[in-house]
Amino acid sequence: MREPTDRVDDDELHAFVDAQIDPSRLPAMLAWLQANPADAARVLQWQAQRVQLRQLARAVDVGETPAALTEVVAKAAAGARRRGAWQQAAAVLLLVAAGVTGGRYWGQAADPDETAMMAASPDFVREAVLAHAVFVPEKRHPVEVAASDEAHLVQWLSRRLGSPLKVPSLAKHGYQLLGGRLLPGEGTPRAQFMYENAQGLRVTLYVAVFEPGQAPDSTSFRSARVGDEEAFYWIEDRFGYALSGNVNGPDMQALAREVYGQLER
Amino acid sequence: MGVEQVLGHIPALRRYARLLTGDATRADDLVQDTLERACVKWALWQPGSVLRSWLLSLMHNLHMNHLRDWRHDDGHAALEDAPESAHDPTAEAAERMDLRQALAALPPPMREVLLLVTVEEYTYAETADILGVPVGTVMSRLHRARERLRKLMMDNGQVRRPMPLQLVKR
Repeated sequence: MREPTDRVDDDELHAFVDAQIDPSRLPAMLAWLQANPADAARVLQWQAQRVQLRQLARAVDVGETPAALTEVVAKAAAGARRRGAWQQAAAVLLLVAAGVTGGRYWGQAADPDETAMMAASPDFVREAVLAHAVFVPEKRHPVEVAASDEAHLVQWLSRRLGSPLKVPSLAKHGYQLLGGRLLPGEGTPRAQFMYENAQGLRVTLYVAVFEPGQAPDSTSFRSARVGDEEAFYWIEDRFGYALSGNVNGPDMQALAREVYGQLER
Repeated sequence: MGVEQVLGHIPALRRYARLLTGDATRADDLVQDTLERACVKWALWQPGSVLRSWLLSLMHNLHMNHLRDWRHDDGHAALEDAPESAHDPTAEAAERMDLRQALAALPPPMREVLLLVTVEEYTYAETADILGVPVGTVMSRLHRARERLRKLMMDNGQVRRPMPLQLVKR
């Protein structure tokens, strides 16, 4: 038997419509609706609204997702990866600054203070190591201008750096030019060229063009080891070059000699 | 998995936003703002929680902000009372057209609750979470939304007299 106090309130009527009612309350609900035709009529109308609303929702044709919307997310995702890379690079630099990594002259007697060398190396070399760490892992956009457009790449970077550039070829060592990008530098912009071999190993050549009078003292060929990365750098006149790569020492030397030789000509 | 997993929710967000705003352009603007906000706040999302609810919650906040901005100068209590006009005279299925108009005529907070509960099938508690209001508020908005829809559609002469309720006794 139903208790007269077993009344049903509006909240429960809605819960009935939305199938959120406590199943133990169903008998009381059905009894209530039977005894209260006005509530029963409301419930039926609410139920009809629910069905129609769901039909309306299904009928909404939003079409293809506009590229602008997916790009918002894609950009943020790429940014997150890049921030990760910057943090890694920053950690590398801390090691460098702490003098943990060894550096050495190449083809000269070892510097007595070689462990401090990387820390004492010109700013552009640290920029080069950083830029290498940031862009080498990039899958989709490792370069701004692809090598397929090499003439434009050289012209564009030469104009932005305010000095004619040459792009060395590393083809005979198995490395193809992927392309290049322009990066901000201290005072003047920098260029980064990226090369890749058949195994997917990448090396970057970082070029700094200094303002007249601002260039660090010319140095001979030097190398520094930063974690797994081998970096070679040298400064000539207003140009600073740094070649970075996760390539074993002798191979890296060969690549650096090649670059050096081609730029000399 | 990073923020990329938001991508899979875009179609559902666009559909919801379309019903919420009644306008394709405004809907996609709202979705875009929501995605941008989600990307900025990504670190705050708890991987254990339901991503879609979180996105809808962001969308709700942005939608309310937009409405406040748009109506700032109107000088009346727009959020609860001002009907939005989304009248489209081109005839589709007559019944749907009228429902769409009635939906557009609801104050946005009521419309949100109605859509979250009926179309998105969230529980009352989940709906309250998404909107950041007590469950009691959800219930009263839901009630007012349904009663207003009922009245609006009856005024349009569209609601047939309900069939007598038939109960099957077990």
